[in-house]
Amino acid sequence: MRADGAPLGQREAGADEAGALRAALAAADRQLSKLAAAAGKDAAEILEFQIALLADDALLGPIFAAIAQGAAADAAWAQAMAEQIADYRAAADEYLRARSADIADLRDRVLSALYGGEANPKTGRAGAVICADDLPPSRFLEIDWSAGGGLALSQGSATSHVAMLARARGVPMVVQLGEVPEPADAALLDADEGILEVDPPVARIQALATRQENQVLSRAADLAALENPSISFRGEPVRLMLNIQGPADLDHPDARYADGVGLMRTEFLFGRADLPDEEKQRSVYEQVLNWAGERPVVIRTVDAGGDKPVRGLTEAREANPFLGVRGLRLSLKRPDIFAVQLRALARAAALGKLRVMFPMVTTPEEFKTARRLFVQAVEELKSAGVRASLPEIGIMVEVPAAALTIESFPASFFSIGSNDLTQYVTACDRTNGALASLADPLNPGVLELIRRVAEHGRKLGVSVSLCGDIAGEPRYLETLLRCGLREFSMSPPALAAVKRALAALSRKSDHV
Amino acid sequence: MDKTTTISVAKAITETPQPENEIARGAVELVHAVGMHARPAVKLTKLAKRFKARIAVRVAGAVDWIDAKSVAKVMAMRAAQGSVIEFEAQGADASAAVEALTTLVAADFPDTGR
Repeated sequence: MRADGAPLGQREAGADEAGALRAALAAADRQLSKLAAAAGKDAAEILEFQIALLADDALLGPIFAAIAQGAAADAAWAQAMAEQIADYRAAADEYLRARSADIADLRDRVLSALYGGEANPKTGRAGAVICADDLPPSRFLEIDWSAGGGLALSQGSATSHVAMLARARGVPMVVQLGEVPEPADAALLDADEGILEVDPPVARIQALATRQENQVLSRAADLAALENPSISFRGEPVRLMLNIQGPADLDHPDARYADGVGLMRTEFLFGRADLPDEEKQRSVYEQVLNWAGERPVVIRTVDAGGDKPVRGLTEAREANPFLGVRGLRLSLKRPDIFAVQLRALARAAALGKLRVMFPMVTTPEEFKTARRLFVQAVEELKSAGVRASLPEIGIMVEVPAAALTIESFPASFFSIGSNDLTQYVTACDRTNGALASLADPLNPGVLELIRRVAEHGRKLGVSVSLCGDIAGEPRYLETLLRCGLREFSMSPPALAAVKRALAALSRKSDHV
Repeated sequence: MDKTTTISVAKAITETPQPENEIARGAVELVHAVGMHARPAVKLTKLAKRFKARIAVRVAGAVDWIDAKSVAKVMAMRAAQGSVIEFEAQGADASAAVEALTTLVAADFPDTGR
């Protein structure tokens, strides 16, 4: 069924147009307040904005003035809202542009009240698939989702407010369908595949039901594992951290169960046309620190080169980019660009529990040089009166020479980059599919190096984590734990499965 | 580390002695990660409305002062993260208003419960 469309109505302008508008505003306020009270915190914040607009004298003043001049209540209200909407649509900021939908939502709610209609005339059958071009958040909240159902939008966006609400409530949603079908008795909405099928065959329904059932069971087990706050192996706590590209990755529903950020890559910041300035970088780092609160955040300085070229930064032609000027090697060659990142990191370090690590370190001298540049950046900022501090500094362990001489690196922590370590130890280009079976992260040579680094960390009492792809694959977990590792960093979607595997191993280890 | 102690705040409040026509001014850096978006704007205007004083606000350097009690105007101010927000209040409780508003912005719009 459809659930959108502007309110249709006709009314005769009466003697007391100002009074009519006041009554409509009050009705809209009651409806929104009721929705806000019943909704969760995320939704309440969206609705509070609309409620505040209803009590905004600077906004309402000109409307009532126009009414006093003889304008009809609905026309005066719609006109003022149209101006607001045009204003938001013209904004450069995507967030502000998206607010135009909130204003349109408010406009329609007040108009409905003026026309004397029901605010929510079409809530439909419980469990139905609701179709619309797009749906404002307040309409979404008026629909009873308790019996299931889903949302199919011909337009809409996966980053809209309504998408956020749908995700938080587990309502399946498909956007950008292009065309919405005619109402039908039965519809099948497959949000995994992004498909809406009208009057589907029985076999399709059964297949989807089975998949749904399995997902529900599997998700329940995931949540049970995720919510288990502390898991240990042989009596030692194991920490599971996140690999992220930027703040947006922290929106994943499982992210909040992690023990912190084990690897924030900064290459994405450098992937655009211009190199990011200090302020831009600092604000991104700060967002991640704000999310983490008391939990640690490890940010890696830019790891360009290899298979990640950056225009204006990496060397144009190298015969062997994986063995070329990449990672810290590149940063030390371009101290001007490196300094900007170090300054941004030093300023962010004053705000939270920040740790910084350098990628592709080969010798202790490189590490010491980079650390000296960092100290220098902090001192320059401080003498200019800018808040800054030196964070804990660590290294990525991915070059075999560094792994073999790990005790000569005066780093505060170590993070094993098993993808590159495997490629360098096995001499297999990781982008060459023909070598897939040889490029084995469980090669005894690789495991031996992991064991050495873990043991060195234990001896010194400094943290050693592993942040390569194998950290997110449950089948490798036991081997890595037996190498002595107790800290793993993985992408947010991998967290649940790893934590489930860890819980099982933890029970086993207690009986050893 | 306690987050609120690490926020850099440039806050200066000046007052004149006459209570009825008291004028108070203050400035504070907007530290909110996304700038003056809907949630901070709602909190700021709600707080401003608790005071009798007329309260004006602007992004430092802007020509026009705007009404700090209007959520539509405060949103339209388009204050970005890191910008400095200036307040000017006039009325009996002007200095209390500026104090409260600068504190709200400096503390990054904390949830206080309703």
